[in-house]
Amino acid sequence: MNSQELSAPMTSEMPDSGRDSAAQIAAAVGDAPVVMDCRIKTLHYGDFLAVRDTDIPIVSNEITAFIGPSGCGKSTVLRSLNRMNDFVNGFRFEGSVHYRGQDIYAPEIDPVAVRRSIGMVFQQPNPFAMSIYKNVAFGLKLNNFKGNFDERVEAALRGAALWDEVKDKLSSSGLSLSGGQQQRLCIARAIAVEPELLLMDEPCSALDPIATRRVEDLMLELKEKYTIAIVTHNLQQAQRVADRTAFLFVDTSAGGRTGYLIEYRPSAELFEDPREERTKAYIRGEFS
Amino acid sequence: MANAALTQAPAATGPRTSLRRTIGNRRTLGNSALTVLAVSLTLLAMFPLFSVLYMLIVRGGALLSPSLFTELTPGAGMEGGGIGNAVVGTLVVVAISTCLALPLGFLGAVYLAEYGGDRKLATLVRFAAKVLTGLPSILAGVFAYATVVVTTGSFSALAGGCAMAILMIPTVMLTSESALLAVPSKMKMAAFGMGATRAQTVLRIVIPTAIPGILTGVMLALARAMGETAPLLFTALFSDYWFEGKLTQPIASLSVLIYNFAGSPFEHQVSLAWAASLVLVSIVLILNVTAQFATRRPEEQ
Amino acid sequence: MADSKISTASATPDLSEAFKSSVARPPSAWQKGFDRVFKNVAYAFGIGVALLLAGVVFEVLRNARTAIASYGFAFLTTSVWDPNRAQFGILAEIVGTLYTSVLALALGGFFGVTVALVLSQGFVPRRVELVMKNVVELLAAIPSVVYGLWGIFVLIPAVRAPSGWLNEHFGSIPFFSTRLSGPGIFPAALVLAIMILPTITAISREAMAAVPKRLAAAAYGLGATRWEVIFRVTLPTAIGGIFGALVLGFGRALGETMALAMLVGNANVFGWSLFSPGNTLAALLANHFPEAGKVEVAALMYAAFVLMLITLAVNALGSFIMLRTTRELKGLG
Repeated sequence: MNSQELSAPMTSEMPDSGRDSAAQIAAAVGDAPVVMDCRIKTLHYGDFLAVRDTDIPIVSNEITAFIGPSGCGKSTVLRSLNRMNDFVNGFRFEGSVHYRGQDIYAPEIDPVAVRRSIGMVFQQPNPFAMSIYKNVAFGLKLNNFKGNFDERVEAALRGAALWDEVKDKLSSSGLSLSGGQQQRLCIARAIAVEPELLLMDEPCSALDPIATRRVEDLMLELKEKYTIAIVTHNLQQAQRVADRTAFLFVDTSAGGRTGYLIEYRPSAELFEDPREERTKAYIRGEFS
Repeated sequence: MANAALTQAPAATGPRTSLRRTIGNRRTLGNSALTVLAVSLTLLAMFPLFSVLYMLIVRGGALLSPSLFTELTPGAGMEGGGIGNAVVGTLVVVAISTCLALPLGFLGAVYLAEYGGDRKLATLVRFAAKVLTGLPSILAGVFAYATVVVTTGSFSALAGGCAMAILMIPTVMLTSESALLAVPSKMKMAAFGMGATRAQTVLRIVIPTAIPGILTGVMLALARAMGETAPLLFTALFSDYWFEGKLTQPIASLSVLIYNFAGSPFEHQVSLAWAASLVLVSIVLILNVTAQFATRRPEEQ
Repeated sequence: MADSKISTASATPDLSEAFKSSVARPPSAWQKGFDRVFKNVAYAFGIGVALLLAGVVFEVLRNARTAIASYGFAFLTTSVWDPNRAQFGILAEIVGTLYTSVLALALGGFFGVTVALVLSQGFVPRRVELVMKNVVELLAAIPSVVYGLWGIFVLIPAVRAPSGWLNEHFGSIPFFSTRLSGPGIFPAALVLAIMILPTITAISREAMAAVPKRLAAAAYGLGATRWEVIFRVTLPTAIGGIFGALVLGFGRALGETMALAMLVGNANVFGWSLFSPGNTLAALLANHFPEAGKVEVAALMYAAFVLMLITLAVNALGSFIMLRTTRELKGLG
């Protein structure tokens, strides 16, 4: 295994500047209940090795942040947690993602069923070209929901802190909202079906600081009910909201750009007392 | 430099400055002449359209009255009558062809846009559709004659509809495909991310979003089909009577009426041909203009 | 179908434990089944369009086979059309088709490319350009039978006098060896030119618009006038696309039926004179099919097959050229 050879000398020669061992990751989790246990050996797009050796446990009712320089594969890792990478041509995955005791990459698993129970919020707000109400009700219809739609839609919009702004114009197009509102609409759409786990791929990158703040506050409220994994390029954001943080780095030694995990720890420890050299350098702002 | 030339000009005996000027002038003159020529040729190329429209309004407009649409085509040498059966016939034939072409062309487009991608099969299907767009319309008539007329033993509205459908399918399919492909992939990803199956994503998100573009394609195909004559000549043939609900009988159409009456020795029938042309062109132009507005809208927003 | 439904449905209970949510649940067997059916239907319709083309080719060939067997190659080299004696040959129609189309291409190509230049090189204000573009598009929207009618009552009378004059003064030139008595090659070709102009304009305009601006800018920078830029930079760069446009326009002209059936004269002879009547393959089909008996239909099917071969070959060539030039231009951009 090419990737093993690359990382092995590093850990043996400079134990402090290498990357977390499995034992260190396990220690960082402690007794906390793990909802999803992601263990990526390799992740290819065609011949291109995008991610290797990345184990990230996601703890229940917490926010787990994925940080790292651009190109480190943090979004790729996130998208492999609900099999969205299946849509990319040439995607190959080795490893496992255990979700409530099931490997979602096991052959008998239906990826559609996986995505039903795991919500996703994308980098760009992507409401459908339909009314606000229908946007939120979309998932309910998808799941043949038989209960009271109005109640659910209102609850989801309240949950996404958008209700007061849109309650009088539920029938106007979701595309007529501002960027920040659109993103909160997408969050409402995702939580309307009450997924257990919510994946957020740089949800604030297209938003202004005020809208960003609102979404961050929202995440802190949501973690009471849901578990959240978030990709962010904003260290302050990770510091503000995340309970645990995974730091990924990009390895260019083999000519490509392959991401891998350096350090996984509770956010307070990782930001205040980073264990690995690369984490320290990144937090000091030495890479972008 | 320029100053020097100017001040020298009156003093010089002529040849040197005039030489300079004519060189400059010949180039600019040639340039302007070509420009004038090109613009005039362009206007000349547009002249036939205006001539056609003028003739339609003057000769076709003369007969315009309600009875034109309510009466049957007159026989040879007879006065009066209208083009009612032809208007109804055209609508019937186009309705038949739309019913056949829409599902085939549209679902074919769904295959190309959603399932086909760059696969060999999809490339083959796309190639077939492109070849069909270039198929001479009379060959669609030949095909419908060979399959429908020969098998059923008679010219019929159904045969005409089939011939027309062959002409509509590729247009519907290729324009629908590009409309479907124009739906932002982030919307599709949002649906997939919520656990929608591909069928659900296509039916609930992609198609509703692509509807304006698809309608444009359908309207352009309709406009093209409306004016087609060649495929109807020996499939739908013509009928001097009203459509009675029987698809297995010959049926009248505006375009075949124009063809038949254009060569008629009777002045009144020729006038009816002009009136029918005016009606036909009006419908076709309205469809075209509507289709163009439908496409332009999303760009402007 | 039923089998696969059961097997996929049985996989889902494994995950059901994950669905703590009150709403989210795995896709129902019905949803999965529908997804499969939908996919298969879409595939079937996609393949159906390809089969349709195959069907058209096959049917025409099947119906023409008796005629191909009995007339063979001589069908293409003789010029008779006599259903009573069952003698058929379409040489005059083949040559007439090519002749009218070449004439139309020369006229339509010259005008079409000029219009494309005017509409793409900033000769007129943007607004006027848009209006003119729409006018050209409307030219394509007029049904060909209406052009035929217009040709009979406007064009032929208008051409008659000049044709007489040309015949009188230049009668020794084969092109003007007769005068126009009614329908004929020239009015037919003229209408054909009008009909293919929008195609040529639209495609070559796109090719010209795709020429990178910096190439023209470089030439302007060297002091070239607008037409020098057009002749030395724009046209040579866009030549592939323009050529493709001409070939596709030619393909349209070859298959065009009604205007020719009404204007070309339906005479089973070929003459070089622009003002003599002639015939084309498509017009032959249009004029003879409605009242043809069994033997004649077979001969017409043979003629249809020949027409199909010619147009398919020309269209395939045009599409191929377009494909190559778009690739080249991508490299340039």
